[in-house]
Amino acid sequence: MNFLRYLSFRLLGIVIVLLIIAVVTFALFYLLPSDPARLACGRPCTDANLEKVREYMGVDQPWFVQLVEFLKGILFGRTFGSTVTVECDAPCFGYSFLRNASVTDLIAERFPATASIALGAAILFLVTGVLGGLIASLRRNSVIDRGIMVFSIAGISTPVYLAGILVILIIGFTLRWLPTSGYVPFEDSPIEWFSHLILPWVAVAIVSAAVYARLTRSEMLEVMSLDYIRTARAKGLSEGRVIARHGLRTALLPVVTVFGLDLGVLLGGAVITERVFAIPGMGSLLIEAVGAVDIQLIVGLTMFAAFLVVTLNLVIDLVYGLLDPRVRMG
Amino acid sequence: MTTTTAVRDDLAVPTRKTGFRTLLGKLARDPWAVASSTTIVVFVLAAVFADQLTGITGNDPYTYHQDLLDAKGQPTGWGGGIGADHWFGVEPLTGRDLFAIVVYGARTSLFIGISATVLSVLIGTIVGITSGYFGGWYDRIVSRGVDVMFGFPTLVFLIALMAIIPADVPRPPFIALVIGLFGWPGISRIVRGQALALRERNFVVASKAMGARSWRIVLGQVLPNVGATIIVVTSIIIPGMIAAEAALSFLGVGVTPPTPSWGRTIGDAVLWVRTSPMYLVFPGAALFLITLAFNLFGDSLRDALDPRTARR
Repeated sequence: MNFLRYLSFRLLGIVIVLLIIAVVTFALFYLLPSDPARLACGRPCTDANLEKVREYMGVDQPWFVQLVEFLKGILFGRTFGSTVTVECDAPCFGYSFLRNASVTDLIAERFPATASIALGAAILFLVTGVLGGLIASLRRNSVIDRGIMVFSIAGISTPVYLAGILVILIIGFTLRWLPTSGYVPFEDSPIEWFSHLILPWVAVAIVSAAVYARLTRSEMLEVMSLDYIRTARAKGLSEGRVIARHGLRTALLPVVTVFGLDLGVLLGGAVITERVFAIPGMGSLLIEAVGAVDIQLIVGLTMFAAFLVVTLNLVIDLVYGLLDPRVRMG
Repeated sequence: MTTTTAVRDDLAVPTRKTGFRTLLGKLARDPWAVASSTTIVVFVLAAVFADQLTGITGNDPYTYHQDLLDAKGQPTGWGGGIGADHWFGVEPLTGRDLFAIVVYGARTSLFIGISATVLSVLIGTIVGITSGYFGGWYDRIVSRGVDVMFGFPTLVFLIALMAIIPADVPRPPFIALVIGLFGWPGISRIVRGQALALRERNFVVASKAMGARSWRIVLGQVLPNVGATIIVVTSIIIPGMIAAEAALSFLGVGVTPPTPSWGRTIGDAVLWVRTSPMYLVFPGAALFLITLAFNLFGDSLRDALDPRTARR
């Protein structure tokens, strides 16, 4: 019961946050001096044509009316124009007039690639990072510990694209059977999908695993010196059980928190990685949109990214509640 | 010589071992701190004296040297044309001096990185101190906003914002402004925590009891006591700011040509990596080294200021 109340409270909070994000994003992109209608109007762009395009795109309205239309579009879909109409089904994140496609369709087309990079990389760096940090903390000040820590400070300082290029040079060009660019959808060929993503995953993981290795190490060192660990040892539990069930479980809580906060960074990392490995994902879509000043697409994409990350944050918060009894009870 | 004073010796407040001098002493004994701060100083000097440095060989980052390239646009000579005139070789396709590009790139990187950091630290400190000290509904709203911004897909927003920058606005300051505006939530959160704890300390309560005004307590009592934290945070976030600019430029939406930028050069160099690897190595190494140096220095600084977290 308590959990349900907590959940509904959080859901309400999320809706408010999403609304604020929508208002800010919208205001930002529509208050600044740029005229999407003029860009979409084509040549020659007469004043009469421009007016028509403005009306068609709905940018003749004040920005808050446009915002309400946009939000209604996400929930119910919307229709552009009155005689010749363009349908944009719910959830409609806007319509790119430059590409003649709804932003939702464009995202649906490009999102799987980005999500594949982010998801696989997250699994890889969480496993290697936590494992590395754990080993380093158990062998404190040993050669292994120093090695892992040197590797991780280097990893943290490496931009993800440099890591990507290094991975291509070192792994891709020596092991010639691994593709170094492009993307194959999972539905087309799971094996090709996997082999195309190995290098991007490694590239993102090199950088992020370092963060989690450092974090896990320092948390483990702190937790393992606490009284309840001594109690656990004193009552005769095996060292492995003390580490896994008592130490690591507590030390992982901040790791989960940081992971939740890092989702935005992860998305950003995937965006950059796409560029290095020539993967047609959301990042390349966004950069193309920026290049073409396709404001509708840009607004739709940023809004979608923000919604996605904020919602996933909530999910991770709830997982956190499941892991930590103190939160669950409180 | 004996003097009688009203103050008894045993009541004197012991000299705190956390002064600036002690801090410097600790850092000087830490080889990592020495190495990293030296690297930072070298880069800053290179950025400041870029004109004089490149003046030695008489190259600038804009002049084309087509005569140094072969028919395919590759630099002739060893290591991408490394020689007495061109210490880092030349850029493929244009023949511009790579040393000049890297040195002036340091200027771009450090200018954007440091000004974005200053902006972030300013906003973060103001928001953090006020919300931690005053608390109440203001704190609740601000903290919630910080929570949201903290997990935000910042890079996506930064890329998107590059689309609406008016053509007549100079890019580097705009990029610094935008990166800075997105970078403060982390600082604000840390500073808030400190301000919250300081609020309950006796010297603050005493000031309040003596009738000091809020702004006076905030400026005179709280701010000096979060100073150390702010310094550590500053050194830790600079590399992130530098990386953000480099990432934007790498993606082709940051600093526009011909202004040198490491990120953009790295992005260009990717295409040449098999034939002219040195084109990638120099700007890549510069970006890696300055980030590493700031990260290491931040770690050392934190360890020196807070022995509890010492790890080496």
